[in-house]
Amino acid sequence: MIPKEGAAAPLLSIEDLAVSFGTEGGRVRVVENVGLRILPGQALGLVGESGSGKSVTAMSVMRLLPSPPSRVESGRILFRGQDLLQLSAGAMRAVRGDRIGMIFQEPMTSLNPTFTVGFQIAEALALHGKVRGAAARERAAALLERVGVGPPARRLRQYPHELSGGLRQRVMMAIALACDPDLLIADEPTTALDVTIQAQILELIARLRAELAMSVLLITHDLGVVAEVCDLVAVMYAGRIVEQAPPALLFAAPRHPYTLGLMKSAPKLGERVKLLPTIPGMVPPPGRRGSGCAFVGRCFRASARCAVEVPPFEPVGPTHEAACWNPLQ
Amino acid sequence: MTPLLEVRGLETHFRARDGLGIVRAVNGVSFTLNAGATVGIVGESGCGKSTLARSILRLVEPVSGEIVFDGEDVRALNAKRLSALRRHMQIVFQDPYASLDPRQSVGGILAEPLEIHRIGDRASRRARVLELLGLVGLDAEAANKFPHEFSGGQRQRIGIARALALSPKLIVADEPVSALDVSIQSQILNLLVGLRERLGLSYLFISHDLAVVEHISDWVLVMYLGRIVESGPVEAIYARPSHPYTQALIAAIPQSALRREANRSVPTGDVPEGDVPDPENPPSGCPFHPRCPKAMARCTTEFPEERPVAGSSTDHVVSCHLF
Repeated sequence: MIPKEGAAAPLLSIEDLAVSFGTEGGRVRVVENVGLRILPGQALGLVGESGSGKSVTAMSVMRLLPSPPSRVESGRILFRGQDLLQLSAGAMRAVRGDRIGMIFQEPMTSLNPTFTVGFQIAEALALHGKVRGAAARERAAALLERVGVGPPARRLRQYPHELSGGLRQRVMMAIALACDPDLLIADEPTTALDVTIQAQILELIARLRAELAMSVLLITHDLGVVAEVCDLVAVMYAGRIVEQAPPALLFAAPRHPYTLGLMKSAPKLGERVKLLPTIPGMVPPPGRRGSGCAFVGRCFRASARCAVEVPPFEPVGPTHEAACWNPLQ
Repeated sequence: MTPLLEVRGLETHFRARDGLGIVRAVNGVSFTLNAGATVGIVGESGCGKSTLARSILRLVEPVSGEIVFDGEDVRALNAKRLSALRRHMQIVFQDPYASLDPRQSVGGILAEPLEIHRIGDRASRRARVLELLGLVGLDAEAANKFPHEFSGGQRQRIGIARALALSPKLIVADEPVSALDVSIQSQILNLLVGLRERLGLSYLFISHDLAVVEHISDWVLVMYLGRIVESGPVEAIYARPSHPYTQALIAAIPQSALRREANRSVPTGDVPEGDVPDPENPPSGCPFHPRCPKAMARCTTEFPEERPVAGSSTDHVVSCHLF
């Protein structure tokens, strides 16, 4: 279900976010003019290749970027109407893990190898003042059941290294969901997993989202993955959002040449071609993105204006937005 | 067609973590790779696909079976003859950064195989390095740079150039595009297809990505827990995926439903439940039976022999009691 525009106030609203990093060569902006809105219960997919700024955007919402070297240059991140960027460290800790849960690509690096699964779930509950002791253990077992890790009694006593990659990701999910968050941020949650396990985890995210009526921000490099889970897809390129639409519309009629290139360059089942269509060249690094559209050097539709002026991100249809001077029809 | 590589009943075992048991990482694998062809090996982590590739190059030693490369019995060769043979079979790895010496210039990296095999003099090696860079689409000035100065896609081009240095007949490519972004992946796949044609190469191409394997292969092996569970010409495998595991792999591709609708209809299974079993304690009978939606009593006790898929290509075979 796609909640209707204007039907509800957005749960998360990112406005004009710009983030820079200090480097040896000076400050460079890695995210620029990013705006995103997620309505209650909505799932938004943020898609892009490495270096596009999708993870920096997600980490900015959680305020998990180390500063220095990172710095928010401008923008607001409104969560339930409150600007997360203005919160004190203590107030942010109360939001993080409580109202917003997060899972990452490699669960082994976010789980503590020296504590049992049960301890780590109970810790999340205790930290946010929910329940302790026997009640926490009971709740932890219920959470494991909910994310499909059985038998819970045995799993609670196990350490992360005793679990497979898929099970670890499910445990991460149990921790992220411990406090019934309003928003789940999933940063490449299935990239390190085999395809059959990936399919299971995507199914789980879709099911839990419906059961718990929570919103999801899914970050991925895989357009197929967003199609499985999301109501809306935003495509990032070189630090900016270049296109946004519901997945079916985006795949049927992409308007930004980069989105089209991305879709066409992946080999597809049942379509054997000798050579794949490619996007020439590579993503320009931060600091070398010019004054116009960052895609200009690789774009088959580029015109003189593209090199000098950044195209505005604006509606190209009722539920479709793009940032392109020469959008595809 | 002449077989370039023939593998018969290959077994590679490892000692289990407890030091007592064994893991049959490659468990009775047979296939033929014809000159100029590409055999794709597809399967999930732990299925033995990389061990199979390394066994063929004898980077790990098989315990039994036969490997015949270009008429030579690879397993019978002594170290010296094996080293000579390796000129003709080279490997490209998934992570080009981990496989390139960071302290050597690209020119040095590409010249090294020529030096080891005492081919040419300084000048001719230098010329060969420039030729190799041209083959993989890099500028001549790349020779003086170091691996860290290149992007992931460019590093993979360097890895491919190094594999080509000795003019091999066979390239074993182990997940060569898995670490790359989609737009770069297509550039590297096109490069591999072009080189195959231009240099008459054969590939043993390992990937977990079914769409990539379909794109580049003539022949496909589907592996599960050390065994080939289905194999045949690429058209037959993808038109009639027959093993429940192959069907599950196709069903599990994100958005595969949409793609199928758009393209054609193929039978697919459900996404299997549970994890791949521990290779140290593989299930009895058919290794897929604990996850298989169609498992029968017989599957738990008896490993299914290879059988032809009726109505498909004559060399399309499947190891499943349903057939």
